[in-house]
Amino acid sequence: MWGYSIAKSQSIVYDQNDRTIINYVLEQEPSLRTCMACGGCTSTCSAGNLVPFNIRRLNTLLQRGEYSQVKKEIYNCMLCGKCTIVCPRGVNIRNVVLKTREAIMNSEKSDANDTNAI
Amino acid sequence: MEQELGKNAVWANYQKDIADDHYYYCRSCIRQAFLPGSERMFLHIVGNVLGKDIYDDPKHTTCTGIAYHSDLVPQETTATVIARHFALMTEAGYENMAISCITSFGLYTEILETWKEHPEEEEKVRDYLWKATRREFKIPKNIAHTSDIIFHFRHQIAEKATRRLVDVNGNPLKVVDHIGCHYAKLFPSKGVGGAEFPYVLAGMVDAWGGQQVDYPERRHCCGFGFRNYLVMANRGYSVANSHKKLESMKPYQPDLIVANCPGCAMFLDRWQYTIEQMEGKTYGANGQGIPVLTYEEMAGLVLGYNPWDLGMQLHQIDVEPLLLKMGIDYNPAGKHELGARQLTIPTLK
Amino acid sequence: MKHIAIIGGGPAGIESAASLAQLGYRVSLIEKSAELGGHLSQMFTLFPDGRNAAEVLSELIAHARQKNINVMLNTEVIDAQRNLSGFTITLSNQKTVTADALLIATGFRLFNVARKEEYGYGIYKNVINSLQMEKKLRTGDLTMANGQMPKRVVFLHCVGSRDEKVGNNYCSKVCCVTAVKQAIEIKKMNPEIETFCFYMDIRMFGPYYEELYREAQEKWKVVFVRGKISEAAENIDGRLQIKAEDTLIGKPLRMQCDMLVAMAGMESTADAKFAQTLNVARGLNRFYSSTDNYLRYNNTNVEGVFTAGTCTAPMNIIDTIANARAAALSIHQYFSK
Repeated sequence: MWGYSIAKSQSIVYDQNDRTIINYVLEQEPSLRTCMACGGCTSTCSAGNLVPFNIRRLNTLLQRGEYSQVKKEIYNCMLCGKCTIVCPRGVNIRNVVLKTREAIMNSEKSDANDTNAI
Repeated sequence: MEQELGKNAVWANYQKDIADDHYYYCRSCIRQAFLPGSERMFLHIVGNVLGKDIYDDPKHTTCTGIAYHSDLVPQETTATVIARHFALMTEAGYENMAISCITSFGLYTEILETWKEHPEEEEKVRDYLWKATRREFKIPKNIAHTSDIIFHFRHQIAEKATRRLVDVNGNPLKVVDHIGCHYAKLFPSKGVGGAEFPYVLAGMVDAWGGQQVDYPERRHCCGFGFRNYLVMANRGYSVANSHKKLESMKPYQPDLIVANCPGCAMFLDRWQYTIEQMEGKTYGANGQGIPVLTYEEMAGLVLGYNPWDLGMQLHQIDVEPLLLKMGIDYNPAGKHELGARQLTIPTLK
Repeated sequence: MKHIAIIGGGPAGIESAASLAQLGYRVSLIEKSAELGGHLSQMFTLFPDGRNAAEVLSELIAHARQKNINVMLNTEVIDAQRNLSGFTITLSNQKTVTADALLIATGFRLFNVARKEEYGYGIYKNVINSLQMEKKLRTGDLTMANGQMPKRVVFLHCVGSRDEKVGNNYCSKVCCVTAVKQAIEIKKMNPEIETFCFYMDIRMFGPYYEELYREAQEKWKVVFVRGKISEAAENIDGRLQIKAEDTLIGKPLRMQCDMLVAMAGMESTADAKFAQTLNVARGLNRFYSSTDNYLRYNNTNVEGVFTAGTCTAPMNIIDTIANARAAALSIHQYFSK
């Protein structure tokens, strides 16, 4: 009828984001906190040169509690470990990926178990 | 301490010169079409209530602002049309411009500032104007938006007022002010109070007994944006900006919104209907909308004029709840008259 | 005995006075306020190792307690003239002093955050500048205007620095590490408070600064967001709503916080009347300029007029003290010619 609808905000609304997944990852792999976003990981990534998978950006999204893209792309990682070798801050990126997958799986499990889930 | 001075300190940094008398009036396309009562009331307040000299020139035209900002008219053309207005003003013997539209005010200012930086542009436009119309012009001595002029005389208006911006119990009305982007965001020094905390409308609210409401998205654009609402496919992000503002102001339970820009006044009013129809969401009391007033309508109400003579029946959001809240004795049956003219009464199909 | 007048009793003035006296000069140390110390007296701890600022200051002052140093407090320099025998300085107490050389150590002026109107400093009570945060840390009172403890404190880097809009294209150098230090101090006092730093670049120029930045992330869980805040506004609960872009993601970000700390930059004090009378040259950044940035940093274009410390450029305390000593030596070389 209108030919348009009210555009949804693209902003990260930090306070509305759930922090369960990121809290789990930071607890399991605290080195992620020291990331300074140099992009060394992304430049050397076996997957990221071929498919949508920017591990530097995904790590930042993760820390802001923005999960939709993380969920979509985190399985593109080939777990080769090169990112972890190049990281100047010693972030165990490979483990960040593994723990993120784990946290996402846990959250999906708990959603499925929660009969009151909307 | 700096910190205790608050907004007054910011406002004090942005005083602008506003002429006291002898104005050449520049009308607004949108206001003539959608809010004709406001322009009429401006002329009445300045000319009759305040007893100033103001000239409403029938030869005056659009400034082309909407077309210019929609990339339909090149800047030289716009500058030449504006130069013609300067020429009309010069011929009529005036030096002070009173501009009804925020887009026009921004454009007139932009053109003058451009000429200051690039005098060769002014020469070029003088040449175009001469070739096209055989007219010449003087640069205006003073340029003010019409809200600047009402602001300038806000205390005189308060002295002549028969009502205040209060409810029937004498409590101040909560007023949200909305300033058109091109009023001060282009040239902060050209606006009363600057770009971040403009005082031009807030000053009227203060002077007439209302209570200003500051809310997080106060400085945000209404989303008008020219080609954004002109092209239907783009309207989604035009309305989203108004939506954001309305969501942000809702917790403060404002009684009315006052705007100084033709587009803003229209959009904040009309989009409330759109949002209600699309999402079922309303922002005022009792499931109604928040009335959106022009500053002339707000001035007209405190000066005791009949709301229907102010043209307030042309709003999308019904103003009657506000009139009742203020205890204004108005005639509901007169709603569909404007002056002596009978308006078409909308019917629901 | 040559007489040196030092204008400004902050760390640069104090330390150059001490050094000059040790080199055998008579010194007048002229300070406009009631005590020595300048901005240092308002600091809590110093980076990178958390040394107590008051301790450092009292050591500096103790060092300057020498018989050839005459400290003149509550005394402002009204004007200065150069003549054949040196300088005649007019003071606010109607007196004049003569000197063989003049050392300018007038320090910096803190950028007035109200000039960045979009942050609402001076309007919103919980928008404060970095010096006000330093005072909160010094007095151990982190509470907000309403007396409650903040849950989230946001630091905004580069306020009044690297900003053409306010006419300051330069970097004020110390603000990045100050924000990191302040965030850590907050966490030490109250680990429950969330701290965020919004930055454009993180500039950790000094030894152990980068390590401090890392410590802030790793040990104190300070979160760094790359993006400059464009607007702060108060919401109905009195909390602040801030807008920035998370430039590492490429999306706008909105966040609420309880306190916004604007890391105010340093501005020049070289507009002093006496400096104008003497025609002391200033650079494009409006600070005093040197005749040679490498070899004669403390020398100005006016013979016999020298500079020390942050009146020449933004500097930390470590560099200010070193620079003050260098200025003393430059004066000594000037008289030893």
